[in-house]
Amino acid sequence: MGLALLAIIWLITFVSSYFFAAKTWWLPHGASASAHWIDHQFALTYLLMGIVFVAAQGALGLFVWQYRDRGVAARKSDYSHGNIKLELLWTVLTAVLFVGLNLMGSPIWAAERFAPAKPGSIPVEVTGMQFAWYFRYAGADGKFGATDPKLMDPSAGSEAAIGLDTSDAAAKDDVVTGTMYLPVNREVDLTLRAVDVIHSFFVPSMRFKQDAVPGLAIHMHFTPTEVGDYEIACAELCGLGHYKMHGMLKVVSQADFDSWLTAREAEKQ
Amino acid sequence: MVAQDAHAHAGPQGFIRKYVFSLDHKVIGLQYYFLALAAVFVGMFLSLLMRIHLIWPTAVLPLVGAIKPETYLSLLTMHGTIMVFFVLTTAPQSGFGNYFLPIQIGAPDMAFPVLNMLSFWTTFVAFVVMLAAFFVTGGAPLHGWTGYAPLSALPSAGPGEQLGADLWITSIAIFCIASLMGALNFITTTLDLRAKGMTMMRMPLTCWSWFITAILGLLAFGVLLSAGILLLLDRNLGTSFYVPLVVVNGQIMGHKGGSPLLWQHLFWFFGHPEVYIAILPGMGVASQLVSTFSRKPIFGYKAMAYALMSIGILGFMVWGHHMFMSGMSPFSAFSFSLMTMAIGVPSAIKTFNWLGTIHGGRVRFQTPMLFAIGFVSLFVSGGLSGPFLAQPVLDIPLHDTAFVVGHFHLIMGVAAIFGMFAGTYYWFPKMFGRLMNERWGRVHFFFTLIGTYCIFMPMHYLGMAGQPRRYSQFTELAYLHNLIPLNKFITYAAFVTIGAQLIFVINLFWSLKKGAKASDNPWEATTLEWITATPPPHDNFGGRTPVVNHGPYEYSVPGAPRDYIMQTDPVTVLTH
Amino acid sequence: MATLSPTITIKDPKTGHGGGVVHPPISGGGDDSRGGNGSPDYGQRLRRARLGLLVALAPIIMLFVSFTSAYIVRQGLPTLDERTGTYVRDWIQVNLPTALLLVNTLLLIVSSITMELSRRKITREVALAPVKSIPGVSVEEGRGFPWLGSTVVLGVGFLIGQWMAWRELAARGFFLATSPSSSFVYLLTGTHAIHLAGGVLALLYAGVISLTNKPVEVRRIVVDITAWYWHFMALLWIYIFALLEFAK
Repeated sequence: MGLALLAIIWLITFVSSYFFAAKTWWLPHGASASAHWIDHQFALTYLLMGIVFVAAQGALGLFVWQYRDRGVAARKSDYSHGNIKLELLWTVLTAVLFVGLNLMGSPIWAAERFAPAKPGSIPVEVTGMQFAWYFRYAGADGKFGATDPKLMDPSAGSEAAIGLDTSDAAAKDDVVTGTMYLPVNREVDLTLRAVDVIHSFFVPSMRFKQDAVPGLAIHMHFTPTEVGDYEIACAELCGLGHYKMHGMLKVVSQADFDSWLTAREAEKQ
Repeated sequence: MVAQDAHAHAGPQGFIRKYVFSLDHKVIGLQYYFLALAAVFVGMFLSLLMRIHLIWPTAVLPLVGAIKPETYLSLLTMHGTIMVFFVLTTAPQSGFGNYFLPIQIGAPDMAFPVLNMLSFWTTFVAFVVMLAAFFVTGGAPLHGWTGYAPLSALPSAGPGEQLGADLWITSIAIFCIASLMGALNFITTTLDLRAKGMTMMRMPLTCWSWFITAILGLLAFGVLLSAGILLLLDRNLGTSFYVPLVVVNGQIMGHKGGSPLLWQHLFWFFGHPEVYIAILPGMGVASQLVSTFSRKPIFGYKAMAYALMSIGILGFMVWGHHMFMSGMSPFSAFSFSLMTMAIGVPSAIKTFNWLGTIHGGRVRFQTPMLFAIGFVSLFVSGGLSGPFLAQPVLDIPLHDTAFVVGHFHLIMGVAAIFGMFAGTYYWFPKMFGRLMNERWGRVHFFFTLIGTYCIFMPMHYLGMAGQPRRYSQFTELAYLHNLIPLNKFITYAAFVTIGAQLIFVINLFWSLKKGAKASDNPWEATTLEWITATPPPHDNFGGRTPVVNHGPYEYSVPGAPRDYIMQTDPVTVLTH
Repeated sequence: MATLSPTITIKDPKTGHGGGVVHPPISGGGDDSRGGNGSPDYGQRLRRARLGLLVALAPIIMLFVSFTSAYIVRQGLPTLDERTGTYVRDWIQVNLPTALLLVNTLLLIVSSITMELSRRKITREVALAPVKSIPGVSVEEGRGFPWLGSTVVLGVGFLIGQWMAWRELAARGFFLATSPSSSFVYLLTGTHAIHLAGGVLALLYAGVISLTNKPVEVRRIVVDITAWYWHFMALLWIYIFALLEFAK
């Protein structure tokens, strides 16, 4: 029985670790400026926790086999209530490991979240509602115009979906789309809004996630670094359509972005 | 001999007083246990339907028919709610704790037997109200067991969010009251009813775990109750605690100025201690069994007790780690994450101590020990995914993905359940005078250990690949398509694993009548329940009070006549 | 493959009688609150009941701590103006009927005094009970002032007063859902009133069982526990009133 337990525990450990090491299913390719740092912290955590995982499961399997009761004639158990020195040692080591890991990741968190977007970033407002994402660009004046809940009407197009109040001068040049376009290598200053319930704007390839909460306008930023198409998923249960509330982020060159935006503005006229 | 006091020691007569409204903590413990057993089968059935729907979204099933996306979400909500409240908060604490806490501390019953009886029946009522949500117009709610507002606060936000949601909240509120009654009893009993010689530091670690779990419940359930009251007010009386100005399906709702984050703070202030409520009794049982079946004192008894206390205290300071992505201040996130890493330390201490207990022991592999060993393995696996989620920067890709689902299922959905299985196989002979079948116990163990790893370990890979939680199907997002084969594997593993639980249930009920007869102390264990008759009489110790002379884990003491000293054995030459 | 059978000789747990286990030494008395002569140990029962009450107060405190923190945070939280995307403060101070609430507070404080006097009266009765059972001894038993009854009257008076305060609030335009501030006023005072009503029921129970044959020690425990609960409710009310008045 001891041997069977050892075999099963070690097998489970080996198989689990294999799929982690082989990255058979893994984080998608990172295409933002922070992806490198986040992935680095991820790798560090996973290496250290992996070592602990293998060591702990390995020890468990080994001990239950090594210290199995071999019958009446075998040696007696050690009579010991513990070992204070050992307790202190592994307590301190664990604390150093866990707290250290955390502190190592903190500068990345601070860079992502403590400071607002830098000047020169492109402002985009993301609005989530059951069950679609809308993206608003501020236009030439760089300002987002007023919206009014009374004017919300998703059946009348994207601008109407977010209740854009066209009587406000600043709103006249706002462009609202269902697909998100961003110029590569330029930081985006996102404002996240939600109309009805909590949604969450999740772009795996950008290593970006942030809940969109009704009653709040949340500012976040990231910088896409590679041209491409990236899927957007909703990552907070928002109702029956949660599984199909998805969007697309298209990262293009600055030139392509400018021409796209110009074309959208022309359409509005 | 001490005169028998007939009034004190005669049990109740009549079926109703003996089995229905019994004041005997042992009967009440069994009532809770069987309530949890019924609940776990409901919960497992719901999860089976969920797993089937995920890989065959268009299938039309017998009895249930086609499962719509909203139905999937209702199944998910009720699965989580029933499992967390009526299984994990019920069986380990109110089930085993009610039965064995008084006996293990040498008391004839709980401090307040009438309150105890009321707490069970209140829990029962809560369960009935919860199940009723399935049968009302609109069905059960779809907002997840976490019930985030505004989704849970707006009846028009989805099917099931009308009467079903009100019943859900009401059931939980009733459950809060029942739990608080139970916590009161456990704490008073532990503090006031210990027998002579049973100091706090001589209590078995099971008693420590029940005691600290009760304190957690005492302080946490009041907050959940307050959250629920505010939610009912928002839903039914037009207040705006949680709901700001929102527009649902083109309709402007009449709320203004509420904060969805308020719900999250209140809920998780309860919710985090709740998960420790779910696991601490399992840790107590694991400590008990690892020591007993290794024939060796627990490594570091005091450290184990202090670790339980630290987990309890720190458990109240980490709730924000569920909210890193919520819009909460990133500075708060930083401090919550530090506290969360800190709470990993006492958990690690406990793991090292379990390993330290087995090391140098003489391990016996009866079924209770198999499940205790399984508990340790699963606790390591589930625990080590914690440090990923505890770091806000890593939570960015992992929050609300299958990674989280894998993490909490390994800990709550498997390790805690292994604690319950271990307790069942271990205490069955004392409760019923018969042993459960060893061979079938082993089959149950191996199938469940391997099966649950097959179900929940892959979820970590799925989460890293970006599979979000609570999706009713994976057909819409392109990057999810190649994750479907692994999801299929999980579903097949779930079929097998759920099937294996039938072995346990059959073994349980068969052994009640046909199991091998057990002696008073079949495991040669040291704690007080093993000195009583089997099953224990109405007042546990047959009119007498035990006097305790030893600690709870005196195994293989050098110079002792046999390899275990019971807590009530006379003081001999040993100086411990 | 390795067999699944255990390798130890003690393969199955013992099925005989526990292997010569020495049964525990026994001693008399017990922890079932009974004294050596078989009669219940009421002193121990009282202590245990008081411990139980102390424990029970913790979740009640947590409930009101929750409400308080929600109140304070909501007060400071600005609301997003949908039109402009900026945050504005929208907290409206509630026009509390302070005079009426002060009267209610006074009623509750006085009821605490009568409650305490009732508690002390029955404590004396318990102390005298053994004396009274000596044959031939008679103790002067005046009816005494109905302190318990007075507490019930004052408690119900408080509840009626709270009801009047809510009517007054409504007359001033503050209903439950009028504003966040009004919601909290009703929430805090309403929850307190429900808890106090529970205390009134406990007092009525104590009154009812004084008409039965239950021993005075049993009644004493009920009155004692209710008294401490009642004092807690009075303190809680003072706290809530102060919060609503000064943290507007």
